[in-house]
Amino acid sequence: MSRELLAPEGLRVDGRRPPELRRLLTRVGLFAVADGSAYVELGNTKCLAAVYGPKEPRTQSAQLHDRAVINVEYNVASFSSGERKSRTRRDKRLLEIASVIKRTFEPVVMTATFPRSEIDIYIQILQLDGGALHAAINASCLAMIDAGIPMSDYVVACSAGFASGTALLDLNYIEESAETPALTVAMLPKSGKLTMLNMESRLHLDHFKDVLDLATEGCKSLAESLDEAVRKACKTPRPI
Amino acid sequence: MLFSKAYVRKTKRGSVIKVLKEHYLRDDIYCGVPGCQRCPEHTTTLSAEPRQTTAVRSPHYIVPDTNILYHQIDVMEHAAFVDVIVLQTVLEELRHRSLPVYNRVRALTAEPARRFFVFCNEHHRETFVQREPEETPNDRNDRGKPFNRRRPIRRAVEWYSAHIDSKRAVVLITDDRANRAKAKDAGITALSLRQYVESLSGFPELVDMVAAVGGDDDDDMDASAADKKFVYPEHLSPTQISAGLKSGAFHQGVLNISAHNFLEGSSMIRVNNEEVIVQIIGRENLNRGVQGDVVALQILPKSEWRSGVSTVLEEEVVEKDDLEEPTTDAATVDKTLDKALQEPATEQELKPTARIVGIIKRNWRPFCGTIDASSVHAGSTSTQMQSVFFWALDKRIPKIRIRTRQAQSLLGKRIVVAIDAWTKNSRYPAGHYVRTLGEVGDRATETEVLLLEHDVPFAPFSPLVLSFLPEEGEAWVVRDDLHLANREDFRSWDVCSIDPPGCTDIDDALHARLLPNGNYSVGVHIADVSHFVKTDNAMDLEARRRGTTVYLVDKRIDMLPGLLGTNLCSLRSNVDRLAFSCLWEITPDAEVVSTRFTKSVIRSKASLTYDEAQARLDDPKMTDSVSMSIKALNMLAKKLRARRMAAGALTLASPEVRFRMENDSQDPVDVELKELKDTNALVEEFMLLANIYVARKIYECFPECSMLRRHPKPPATNFEDLGKALEPFGVKIDASTSRTLSDSLDAAVDPNDPYFNKLVRIMTTRCMMQAVYFCSGTLAEPDFWHYGLATDIYTHFTSPIRRYADLVVHRLLAASIGYDKTYSSELTDKAKVKEMSDVLNYRNRMAQQASRSSVELYTNLFFKGKTVVEEAYVIRILKNGCSLLIPKYGVESFVYAAPVPNQPPLLALHPTMNALTGAGPDGEVVIKLFDKVRVQVTVEEAGVAAAQRSKLVLRLVEPNVPGMCPVVETSTARPLGGAATTPARTTRPAKKPKRK
Repeated sequence: MSRELLAPEGLRVDGRRPPELRRLLTRVGLFAVADGSAYVELGNTKCLAAVYGPKEPRTQSAQLHDRAVINVEYNVASFSSGERKSRTRRDKRLLEIASVIKRTFEPVVMTATFPRSEIDIYIQILQLDGGALHAAINASCLAMIDAGIPMSDYVVACSAGFASGTALLDLNYIEESAETPALTVAMLPKSGKLTMLNMESRLHLDHFKDVLDLATEGCKSLAESLDEAVRKACKTPRPI
Repeated sequence: MLFSKAYVRKTKRGSVIKVLKEHYLRDDIYCGVPGCQRCPEHTTTLSAEPRQTTAVRSPHYIVPDTNILYHQIDVMEHAAFVDVIVLQTVLEELRHRSLPVYNRVRALTAEPARRFFVFCNEHHRETFVQREPEETPNDRNDRGKPFNRRRPIRRAVEWYSAHIDSKRAVVLITDDRANRAKAKDAGITALSLRQYVESLSGFPELVDMVAAVGGDDDDDMDASAADKKFVYPEHLSPTQISAGLKSGAFHQGVLNISAHNFLEGSSMIRVNNEEVIVQIIGRENLNRGVQGDVVALQILPKSEWRSGVSTVLEEEVVEKDDLEEPTTDAATVDKTLDKALQEPATEQELKPTARIVGIIKRNWRPFCGTIDASSVHAGSTSTQMQSVFFWALDKRIPKIRIRTRQAQSLLGKRIVVAIDAWTKNSRYPAGHYVRTLGEVGDRATETEVLLLEHDVPFAPFSPLVLSFLPEEGEAWVVRDDLHLANREDFRSWDVCSIDPPGCTDIDDALHARLLPNGNYSVGVHIADVSHFVKTDNAMDLEARRRGTTVYLVDKRIDMLPGLLGTNLCSLRSNVDRLAFSCLWEITPDAEVVSTRFTKSVIRSKASLTYDEAQARLDDPKMTDSVSMSIKALNMLAKKLRARRMAAGALTLASPEVRFRMENDSQDPVDVELKELKDTNALVEEFMLLANIYVARKIYECFPECSMLRRHPKPPATNFEDLGKALEPFGVKIDASTSRTLSDSLDAAVDPNDPYFNKLVRIMTTRCMMQAVYFCSGTLAEPDFWHYGLATDIYTHFTSPIRRYADLVVHRLLAASIGYDKTYSSELTDKAKVKEMSDVLNYRNRMAQQASRSSVELYTNLFFKGKTVVEEAYVIRILKNGCSLLIPKYGVESFVYAAPVPNQPPLLALHPTMNALTGAGPDGEVVIKLFDKVRVQVTVEEAGVAAAQRSKLVLRLVEPNVPGMCPVVETSTARPLGGAATTPARTTRPAKKPKRK
């Protein structure tokens, strides 16, 4: 291992302790045009989400007669990471993440309330420093609430990894790129149910529970912050 | 609080990227001082009442800077240093500069008794120092002004001074004078290490250990005046070197100093994609390069190229050693020597030479050796500081100048010395004393020396490692409720083990059973070490670090703790043991019908020695089940062996010896050659079979990341000399395949001398390449070939107690058969497997050399005070001498005539044939290759101040060449006109048969 991700003193590369989140900044309702929008900043990862809908589908064929269709578009700005990288919309990796987010929201959004309609979520990552997926889900959740789309609960996501024998919460880019196994969890904070569980590397089964527990703990503390953000946003009237 | 660190970095590919990192500052980092009024209670390793010294009157903690830890780690590791605060800034910088040193500091901070405390000053709100805009992070390739790491260090010390109560103090230790001055301005107590160490009472040896790299410290610059005159060419800077390497002006290579002559080195470099060996001759061209350094080389013009120099003999070293005493005028002597070395050769092909223009990476390590007695000022009081010379045991290392106060007491001791620096105006490198090992010639000391010299980790297992042993300890038993899951129960089978007498780590057992269909069920059962040693725990990491068990003549350095190696894993008789079994169904014609692998529980019915097994084999009356299965195994083994031989497997030989020790003193009293019996071959045959089948299985499941073993085909050039030597005997060596080689070896028989064939085989072994571990994903399949065994794939599976590679293979096999479903990702990581196999190859090589050195040591002990006349064979002809092998002792050494000025040499190379001629009393004497001669064997102290180990000295008795024969010498005289020798490679130890 080239880098020491967790020093014996218990500090990570950026000075956090293992069960600590990065600084969270949220803003709800940025855009006048979109039905709902939100901005989430998790450390240096910055993410923008806009929600349009429920509205009439653009194409007839895309509609479902008994519920609304959720479309997710996930984009990463070419200037978001250290090295400039332009990605096409057809990038398989982006499509996959979009589909993961879509499936995360489908069971939570009360789609049956809006048959034959569609809800569009546009996600733009402005700066990337690890944890893009859970930042995107959290931003989308706030934007959905801002758009007034009925959901059974918040959808809060958080990641956790495993390095130097300890579970680490909310990995940043350095930690992610050191081939640390990373697990992203999306949770409904009230019921404690998980709607998404995503891991793309190998992790020994013995450690899995620690990592999962830590990630859900992270979700719970994020849920409080998001809730606070929503309540604050409700108090300030939005221009129509 | 949050800070963003933003900087621009250039990647390897040349693109510029911007890096943005978060940096959190905290309030919950505490000072670590017990009883601190301002911090809440927290755990710390520091003591409440640190030490006072004469220099610092109040009780104080020490804060070393990076250079102190980097250069003076030996001092810091000394038990005198306690209550040290290590700053995070220092640790991080240290890690960039040297990972080994960083790890040593980490080991100190992890040891509570040493009371080293790490203070995370970089993340502390009050001690964080922001980088100034023009400062760049500490990146090696950065051209800008590097971030000044001294600032945060001073800031932290300042904070500490203000933070802790007035009764205690914090002292900054730095050898940088400017830094000390600035610290003084800021009101911090700052001392150089030397000042501090001198103020410590009770540790006189510490002053010796302070490295001479003062840098800006002027008070230890006192190189002798003669040395000042000598100036080496300046080394180029890293940027100049990398530019030169890129443009092709320079070449990178590892410097390899000749074992015969320390002013002559060679290096393998790549020129136009071809590997070329270049010679680096003379002090000036070597330019402070030390054995093993990675250097930048510039090829010299053709006019300075020289012919092959392999004939230079070692006595030159001895002579030089004498002449280079500091009292003689070293410079002139050196010049003549250099000149002699550089005399251009005429007839032979010229070989390229080069000079060192810069050092890319040093390979300095602590060296074992002795103080040069003649450099110690006689009559000086014992505590006076003086410069003395140190001779390393390794003849390729130049002598090292050290400063010591205990020169008198170090005489005649083996000590460890580390090189600190080699400045351009000093002829020899400067170093410092590290520790004393013991008396020269003492058996325990010499054994420790050879372990250190071969980098064999031999410290006892740490408590952390031992904590991973089963809790039950000796009382551990196989429990049906715990261990039978996914294991087959073979406890009723007639399994037995066959090992050398006195073997305690039994890692293999066998059985054979006649099946109703006339075939045999044959099983090889290997100790299931991977059940006890789980991946990545401390015990596993320690075993990985050791790589292999090292067998010395008198002891064994275990890879695994004794409880496992000799008890729980050892397949002893009549106890239940866990095993990994490899089962075949084999026809009576030794064709394998089917193979199966399973984890199992066995109960060995008998642990036999080779002799006992042989007795059972030879006795037709023994019809019990174990004997019958040995007989069946033997029958099958013979057929398997015949088939293997037909495929071209080689039978090589080495003159292995075994020492018989006197019981109480452990002195060697007799040497005997090892002999091989049927049963040795039996066990070996089935181990080979198991290894081959396991290799196939794991390669099938993990084609990218299996750990396999290959034996490369030796290049034809390796056999050139041997082929030429054998021509007069009408023997041709054809090494194009192992098959042809095997046939030519079988044909190499001299009816008059039965030993001739063995001699040829011994010499063929020397021409072979080393078998190595490799990761299957890194090579093409045809390269998997094992030349010696003539098999397409091979691995090591059968000795997990004493080889780490086998343990890895066990884990792979367990994953292949679905026994272990949760194997770690490291097991299947190609890069990791490759890295691991490289380390294991290195450890194996070192272990082998250590064993050889151990035999050498005992051979010398055996001959100590004896003078023996023995038969020997000539195995190599040199320009003025020859190399001899004494079969009875397995000793190989040189006999040669040292050149005497103005006289024809006593022995000379025959102009036409490969033989030596000399003038005997009854006319000319001719010594040809493979001739039988008689020599006198004695032991002499070697090297200046007995720096080298005592060595065997051979003197020719028959044929009689006057001047070469034993002469009575006074004790001080050097064997100038006579014959002197050094033992070359001798043999393996006689513990465990090495199964290839």
